[in-house]
Amino acid sequence: MDLNMHLNAPHSMGTTIIGVTYNGGVVLGADSRTSTGMYVANRASDKITQLTDNVYVCRSGSAADSQVVSDYVRYFLHQHTIQLGQPATVKVAAYLVRLLSYNNKNILETGLIVGGWDKYEGGKIYGIPLGGTLIEQPFAIGGSGSSYLYGFFDQAWKEGMTKDEAEQLVVKAVSLAIARDGASGGVVCTVVINLEGVTRNFYPGDKLQLWHEELEPQNSLLDILNSPSPEPMNI
Amino acid sequence: MSKSVVEVPPKGGFSFDLCKRNEMLANKGVNPPSFRKTGTTIVGLIFQDGVILGADTRATEGPIVCDKNCEKIHYMAPNIYCCGAGTAADTEAVTDMVSSQLQLHRYHTGRESRVVTALTLLKRHLFNYQGYVSAALVLGGVDVTGPHLHTIYPHGSTDTLPFATMGSGSLAAMAVFESKYKEGLTRNEGIELVTEAICSGIFNDLGSGSNVDVCVITKGGKEYLRNHLQPNPRTYTSSKGYSFPKKTEVLLTKIIPLKEKVEIIEGGDAMEE
Repeated sequence: MDLNMHLNAPHSMGTTIIGVTYNGGVVLGADSRTSTGMYVANRASDKITQLTDNVYVCRSGSAADSQVVSDYVRYFLHQHTIQLGQPATVKVAAYLVRLLSYNNKNILETGLIVGGWDKYEGGKIYGIPLGGTLIEQPFAIGGSGSSYLYGFFDQAWKEGMTKDEAEQLVVKAVSLAIARDGASGGVVCTVVINLEGVTRNFYPGDKLQLWHEELEPQNSLLDILNSPSPEPMNI
Repeated sequence: MSKSVVEVPPKGGFSFDLCKRNEMLANKGVNPPSFRKTGTTIVGLIFQDGVILGADTRATEGPIVCDKNCEKIHYMAPNIYCCGAGTAADTEAVTDMVSSQLQLHRYHTGRESRVVTALTLLKRHLFNYQGYVSAALVLGGVDVTGPHLHTIYPHGSTDTLPFATMGSGSLAAMAVFESKYKEGLTRNEGIELVTEAICSGIFNDLGSGSNVDVCVITKGGKEYLRNHLQPNPRTYTSSKGYSFPKKTEVLLTKIIPLKEKVEIIEGGDAMEE
């Protein structure tokens, strides 16, 4: 591996990001891995960033581009909220994100999922992939890990889920994607947005359900070091 | 990219045409002159009272070590320091520039600088140059909101972490941190862990070497431990000594001091028109 490869490779978030509506609000979910080439630069990054009190965005693609876009949109929405005199709607937030994405499509490389709750339309999810399309969807998936989830969502998603069902679906989906996608990993973060407000939840990687061919962690060197009489590795 | 038929007025901002030309030339085998990089291992960690930053001291120019004892921990503000990896000129220039901007901001607001201010100034600048300013930084400091540690990548993305490593030796240093870091380290434990991580980079990475610099920043103040550890002393000196052949014969030595004697006249008349 070239000495300077990971100094100059763009910092990208391999990622799995998901946004799902349920009756009463939305649930956003993401993994936490940021990679630079083949190295995991940050194993505990927060990809769900706040735009306003009631609207959050899931970021994927180039870390720099998505951070800058969300910073600009947060600033514009703050001004808009002051001028409007009431909380911004999810539609306006998504529209601003799309304007930036579309007008700078030659420079930017970022896919975003905007999700939130407002009093006019309730919970809404807007997907804004590369290129700057704006599409309102009942659920949206993005990032490199989403390739493994299209079939899963076709089968598992249904209208009118409860909050807990929706959150469990999101956690299961992100954990399935983490199992198959090398560029996704770490922990699962979820953000639930509804009439009552915003709740952040955190599911550490080792507490997730094990899937096909996934093994229990065993005979880790740290266990051997800490245990009184180390046993040889069993295969 | 399709050519547009409509004439579009030129937009403001940096023009990357020459960068594209350089890439094209590099593909054809014409390489630019090698510039001085800091191969580097730089680290930072948060301990119970604040932040500790560490760096090695080798600067390379291609395969040659051009500076065996350079300073990679740059001053940003009295309570904020920044370690830099990548092209030495870029890290020096960008940290100097943001340090001046922070000073002006301090005069303007009358308050101590915050780490997030330095972070935003740096990331905006680096993003605007789309990764061509090759500076990878570990920014750490303590302000009114508490201790903060951030990493900044050349493309402008940032991460906020309790412990961080950057540079070519980052993998070696991160391995040490991942095994030994825990929350609530004391000052001495923190310095020892940082030193161990940098040494791991010095001994296992070809781009890092020489000595270990450490900087401890707490609410009370900062302590810059330059050459805290010197594990690579010069071990061979020729017993005959080093002499250089005299080429020019000295005919006359005359030393003239530059300071002129100035006479001060007390009193005197005020200037009148």
